[in-house]
Order: sequence, then structure tokens, then C-alpha cells
Amino acid sequence: MGNNFLQILLVPEIALAILTSICLLYGLFSKKNSYVRTTNLALISLMLIPFLVFFNPTTNFAYYNELFTNSSFIQFFKILVIVGSLSTIIISKKYFIELKLARFEIPILLMFSTLGMLIMICSNNLMVMYLAIELQSLSLYVLATIKRDSLHSAESGVKYFVLGALSSGILLYGFTLIYGFTGSTSFENIYLTIGKLDNLNLGLIFGLVFVLVGLAFKVSAVPFHMWTPDVYEGAPTSITAFFAIVPKIAAVAIIFRFCLEPFGNFYNEWSQIIIFLSIASMFLGAIAAIAQNNLKRLLAYSSIGHVGYVLIALAAANDEGIKAVVIYMFIYMIMNIAIFAILLSLKSSKGFVEKIDELSGLSKSNPLIGLSLAIIMMSMAGIPPFIGFFGKFYVFIAALNKGLVVLSILGVLASVISAYYYLRIIKVMYFDEINSNFNYNFSISYQSKFILVFLILIMTFFVFYPSLLISFASSVHI
Amino acid sequence: MTDWPLLSVIIFLPLIGGFIILIIKEDPVGIINIRWAAFWTSIGTFILSCLLWLQFDSSNRSYQFVEKISWFEDLNFNYHIGVDGISLFMILLSTFLTPLCILASWKSIQKRIKEYMFAFLFLETVMIGMFASIDMLLFYIFFETVLIPMYLIIGIWGGERRIYASFKFFLYTLLGSVLMLIALIVIYKTTGSMNIAELQGNYFARSTQIFLWLAFFASFAVKIPMWPFHTWLPDAHVEAPTAGSVILAGVLLKMGGYGFIRFSLGMLPEATAYFIPFIMVLSIIAIIYTSFVALAQSDIKKLIAYSSVAHMGIVTIGIFLVNQQGLEGAMLQMLSHGVVSAALFLCVGVIYDRMHTRQISFYGGLVNKMPFYSAVFMIFMLASVGLPGTSGFVGEFLVVVGAFRFSSLIAIGAALGIILSAVYMLYLYKRIIFGTIVNQKLKDILDLDFREKLILIPLVVSVLLIGIFPNIFLDPMRQSIETIITNFEIANGK
Repeated sequence: MGNNFLQILLVPEIALAILTSICLLYGLFSKKNSYVRTTNLALISLMLIPFLVFFNPTTNFAYYNELFTNSSFIQFFKILVIVGSLSTIIISKKYFIELKLARFEIPILLMFSTLGMLIMICSNNLMVMYLAIELQSLSLYVLATIKRDSLHSAESGVKYFVLGALSSGILLYGFTLIYGFTGSTSFENIYLTIGKLDNLNLGLIFGLVFVLVGLAFKVSAVPFHMWTPDVYEGAPTSITAFFAIVPKIAAVAIIFRFCLEPFGNFYNEWSQIIIFLSIASMFLGAIAAIAQNNLKRLLAYSSIGHVGYVLIALAAANDEGIKAVVIYMFIYMIMNIAIFAILLSLKSSKGFVEKIDELSGLSKSNPLIGLSLAIIMMSMAGIPPFIGFFGKFYVFIAALNKGLVVLSILGVLASVISAYYYLRIIKVMYFDEINSNFNYNFSISYQSKFILVFLILIMTFFVFYPSLLISFASSVHI
Repeated sequence: MTDWPLLSVIIFLPLIGGFIILIIKEDPVGIINIRWAAFWTSIGTFILSCLLWLQFDSSNRSYQFVEKISWFEDLNFNYHIGVDGISLFMILLSTFLTPLCILASWKSIQKRIKEYMFAFLFLETVMIGMFASIDMLLFYIFFETVLIPMYLIIGIWGGERRIYASFKFFLYTLLGSVLMLIALIVIYKTTGSMNIAELQGNYFARSTQIFLWLAFFASFAVKIPMWPFHTWLPDAHVEAPTAGSVILAGVLLKMGGYGFIRFSLGMLPEATAYFIPFIMVLSIIAIIYTSFVALAQSDIKKLIAYSSVAHMGIVTIGIFLVNQQGLEGAMLQMLSHGVVSAALFLCVGVIYDRMHTRQISFYGGLVNKMPFYSAVFMIFMLASVGLPGTSGFVGEFLVVVGAFRFSSLIAIGAALGIILSAVYMLYLYKRIIFGTIVNQKLKDILDLDFREKLILIPLVVSVLLIGIFPNIFLDPMRQSIETIITNFEIANGK
């Protein structure tokens, strides 16, 4: 393969890096409306990347001495990440303008973060993985504090930064231990070196545990979830949408790859940790959300719970598990985009709706929005025939194939508990008397309306034609 | 005509009607259109399902009207529906009660009529679909989807404590049914099939069977409901609007009995044999305990709700006797209870619409003002008690006969239940209908109007029809029941 210049440009990550820089310059030099202009350019740039990922014209060249790798699993998650950040940028565009937060840095930072995630997903080396995680995290720390004059936002950003830095430190320490005991940072070499061992020695186990702790922080699995509700609540809602959707997808992809690739032969060692994280996340996510009155906090706990189910699929560690995570993350993404598309456009007389009580009577004043929200809630609770059920269904198929009966039973019990708080939102919208103090103002750009309608239709009618997603998910391999 | 997907049309016709209703504007004219559209949709569905009954071949023991479309290709789940002797009458019961429910809500529902009618038609689709499913995943999806419209019906149009009741209903039954999901996946993992018809037999090791049986028990025992899992039922019944109670008692409780027959008896015969004493004890406790609880109620709906639990106790005894009389009796009792309890709730609805209270002590002497109502109510009351000639008699009699073949102790328990039902029902009737009118508010109460007669007379006819000609119902189901019993006896080496 000739390393000609054009091929370098077609590597998705390089292309994104260059495009992001162009966006940055464009934003800097455009005098008026810099936010809108940069956002539009960013959207166009991001739309190009999935094609590069999908057609992938430079496969062999892009590995750079095995620092990166590629597979259908990686491709799928890269595309999911890009689609996720595209959608969040679209649905939050209007919100930023209305909140007078329209700075052109926002799309740039989102793009840098997305770039970090792309590199992270396809990394094949501990060092690359660490650097990619840092790239995405640093952008996210800034984004959390983007509302500079708000104490709440600053607090959440600092919290996120301190805890995130701590977890990165732990992660890095784990990497050094693994490097120290295997003599390599490459996933393949680690796999080969520890494949010769009968069981992991103490140093490697420590390394493994530290890395899993660091990654658990990134996916916000219990007990490393503390930052999630505060950051979700403090950050502007559009940034929360990004936090809830995109980094979760990337972190889930990397935790799967880390467990199944270098440590694939040591299932017993890491599965105990994953099973614990999974049970703790499902139950804490279900129980802690009951007491919440803030929608964003509630969604934070809900996402913690969803991560618990994803980790069941990881604990299954089989082909069904891979299929389950592909289906689950896809479903997770569309449910979250849909709910944030509503939250980012729904205003009551007190400003943007953030409290659950403020939804009372929504079903009467905006029946379609109420119905959409009800469908999303049923779907998140995993009640058939909505799409959320199928995500959980495939997770349990994977788990029971591995013989994880107790874990599955705990999983379904947690899903019953969590059904309570999803139902509570429906209750507030449909059962409660209408609170006449709230005049709803639902103003939504036609792009996000299109996204919302499209996603609601997918959620509702997936049951009639599941084969498209399912057969695609069956073809994905790690 | 043979290629015509009759069953799918029956399943999805109400849903299509529901979507059409969603388009109609909810203004004064639109409301009337919505009501009529819902009514004619459900009538159309009922007529089609009668066609199903007419074309049903009683001598054929396998599924009929089978349709199969590939659905989840990777796992070999199919959209696979069909009807056999057991599901046929459950479908008929659903399609029969839905138009009556819509008629019953004609005046009593005044807010959110569009959503209400949509919920009912959606519920009808889901109920029919559940009884017609041959694929287990399809069955499960319908089984759980039932919760959504029912939750909304109780929660939006219910009484004072509707929120509590709707949450209790939803979470309680969800808790039961999620365990069934685990059981279904285990079945799929062991056999590689989700086909209910293929799995009738003895395909699982004994220990697996016991695990699966308990998981199925969790969902069906909550649904039917058996003592001590019945506590959601009185709340849900009392708070639901009249039509909601009708569907709840008439059809949703039958889902539990249907599930026991299909899954516990049909697929897990060894475990069923193992658990028979357990079921019998629970059923007899249910019959006696809830009968006494019913006797002590001051709310009419609550009394009927508890009597449902007692009657369903007779059904579970009949099912788990696993002999010809027992199962036929249980099936007939389910049909009869579906009609009679629905009718009783409608009767309560009639006086509730007039007086807005369900307290027994409020009423008394209604016979003086409402002679027609009193006569109709009496027929249903006697059917509930099990008077010969009414529907209640045949089912209860068959179950008691079957029970005597099994153990006279159980037969005595079941018979005791029948006697106790006479006690609380007659006592209820005496307090509401007989005597002189003491309460001044009742002075001007009106007898049934045309719409209410239109609702109650078909129910009277069907009560008498089941009571006098039980064979037209028993013949179609006989083959299916024999298959289940033969399977059970082979599996248990009898």
C-alpha cells in the first residue's frame, strides 16, 4: 500500500481532526452568528465521517503499527457515536440560542470529544486508549462548565473534573501495572503474554481491577457513579443530552473490547467485577431514581440502570452478548435522543421544564408530546411492544445462554422496580389534575421535530419489522 | 376464502379502528362519531369471531386458522397464530364483552373519550392476540402489553384512589410476568423452539420443569389471581370504571387460567403433578377465605371482586385435577364467570351511574322502583351462585364431579365454596333489592333504559345458553382437552 497523501486524509479520525480545525478557524474568523455558522459546518463535517467509517478505504494503512484496529463491532460503535453527536448538536442548537449560550466553541468541543471517542473505540494499545480517553474527557470537562456564570454548572464541572481526573489516574496506574507485568502495551501482545499463564498473577489482577474501575467511572457504573446525577443536573440540558448519549456509547464499546480482547482468556477474573457492577448499577439506578423530582437527575439514574443491563451482556461474554450490546446501545441512543429532543424544546412559564411536577397536564395541553413522552417512558421501562423491551430481551437471552440465571432474575426484578418511576412520569402527565399555572410552550426546530417523529415511529413500530436491526446486529463481531 | 387471514383480521381490526378514532376531532359532533366508530368496530370484530366459531372444526385437535410469518429470523421466532378449542372461546369472550363495555361507557365516560375508546380497542387487539398466539414470544408481548391500556384505563378514568390502584395493578402483574420471560428464554435455550404447539409434551428434565413451573406460576397466579397474590384485584376493581372492571373480571383473569392450561399442564406435566397438592391447598384457602371476606364487604364492587377470587379458586381446582370433567368444568366456569361477573359489574354500574355510590347500605328496596333491573340482577346473581339452568351450575358441577374422582376432601372444599357463594350473593341481593325504600334519595330512581337493556339482555341470553346447552361450548374444546390429559398421563406414567 502506498502511503499517498490522499489516503491519509481518508482515515476517519484524521479527517475529523482536520475538519474540526477548519471549523475552529471558521468560528474564530466569522464575525456574526459564529455559533450558527460553526454548528452548520460542524454538522456537515460530521455527516461525512460515517461514510468514511463505513467504506473504510484505508484499512491496512490506518493501523499505524497495530496502534489501531478495526472490526464490524468498532465500525458500528463509531457510527453510533457520530450519529449520536450529530443528533445532539441538531436538537440542542435552538436551546443554546435561547439560553444565550451560543458560543462557537461548543460544536468545536463536541467534535473534539467525538474525535477522542472514535480513537478510543478503535484503539489497540493501552497508551492510545489512555490518550483518547483524555482527549474526550477534557472536552467534556469544559463542556460541563460552559455556562460560566452559573454556580451550578461550575460546581458540576469541577466535580466532574476532580473525579474524572482521579479515575484517569487510577486507569493509568492500572495500565502501568499491566505494562509492567506483560512488557507490552499492545492489546495483542498482552493477550499472547497472559495467554501463556495458567492464572493471572497478583500484579496483573491489580492492573485489571484498576483499569475496570477507571472504565466503570466512564460508563458510570455503581459504585463509581457519584458524579453522574450532579453533572447531569448542573450542566445545561443540551450538554446533559450529549453526556447521556455519546460518551456512554463509546465507553461501553471500550469496556467490552478491553475485557474481551486482551483479557478474553480470563473470564473468571473480570466477570466477578462486572457482575457486581451490573447488579449494583441496576438496583441503585432503579431505587435511587424513585426519590428524584428533577427530570435530569432521574435520567441520570435511569442511564445508570441501563448501564447495568449492558454489563449483563458483557458478563455473558458470548456472541449473543455482542449482539445484545449492539441492539441495546442502539435502542438506548434513540430513546435518549428522543427524550432530550422533548426536554430541550419544552418550556413552561418557569423556563425549560426540569421538574417532574411541571409536566402535569401535559397530556391535555400538548397531547402529542405527552403521548411521545409516554411511549419513551414505556420503552425505557422495557414494556413490550415498545423497542426498549427487545434490548432487555436480547440481554437476557445472552445471559441465560451463559447460564447466568441469578443475574437475569435480579435484572428483571430491577426492571420492575424501575418501571415505577417511569410510570410516575406517565402518572403526572395523564392522571394528575391539570395545574393551570403552567402554560406550555413547545417550540421545536423542524430538524429536531423530524428526528423526534422518526424515533418515536421506530420505537412504536419496531415490533412489526425487527429483522433489519436484528440481522445487522447478528453480523457484528468484535 | 381459505386464504383469507381471518384471525389476523380479527386481531388487528380493533387496532385499526382505534387509529381511525385517533384521527377524529374531539368536538361535540366528533365525540358521537368516536363512540359509534368504536362500537361498530367492536361489533364487526365480534361478528368475525362468530365466523371463526362457525368455521371451527370440532373434530380436529390441532390448531386451526394457522398463520405463520417469519418475525425474528435469527432466533426463529415467528408471527404464528392459530386457534384451538381452548383459545376459541377465550377469543369469543373478549370480542363479546368489548362492545358491551363500549356501550356501558356511553354516558359514564365524559372526559378524554377519544383516548378511552382507543384504549379499549387496543386492549381488545392485545387480548385476542394473546389468546391466539402460538409463538411464545408473541404470547409474552401481548401478555405484557395488556398492562398498558389497563393501567391507563384505571389511572385516568378510575375512582378516587385510582393512582394507587393503577400502580399496584401494574407493578404487581409486571413482577409476575417478568419471571415468565426468564422461563421462556430458558425453554428456548433448552429446546431451540418457541412454538407452544410443538412443546406440548414432556420435554424438560424434572428439575428444570420445577424451576419453569414456579416462574410460570408467579405470573399466572398473580393474574388469575390465587390467594395470597390476589390483593391487587379488589383495589383495581373498585377503582376502575365499570367497563374496566368488566374487562378485568371478564377476560384478564382468564389469561391466568389459560396460561396454566397451556404452559403448566401442557408443557410441564411432571412438575404439575408435583405441585398439585400445593395448588389444591391454595385454591381451597382462596375459596373459603375470600368467600368470608366477601361476606364482610360494604362496597358492592369489592364484594364481587372477592367473589371472583373465590370463583377462580374453583377454576384452578378444576384445571389441576387434570381429568376430563375437571378441565371441562374449569373452562366452562371461566366462560361463565367471564359473562356473569361482567354482568354483575355492569349491574353495579347501572345503579352507580344513578346514585354515584357503591355502598350496600345506601341501597335497599330497589325492587319497588326497578323491577326489570331486579329481575336481570337476580338471573346473574343466581348464575353466580350456580343455580341449575344457568351457566354457573355446569362448570361448578363438573369441577365437583371431577374432584370427587380425585379426592373427596377437595370436592367438599369446592362444594363449600359454592354454598358460601350462595350466602354472600343472596345476602347482597336481599340488602340491595328487597325491603322497602328507606333512603329518600332512591325515591326517583329510574329503571333500565334502552341502552342498558341492550347491554344486559345479550348477557342474560348467554348465561342461559351456557347453562342449558353447555355442549355447544364443550364439543369444540373436547379434543384439545383430551390431548392435554393424554400428554399429562403419558408423562406421569399413568
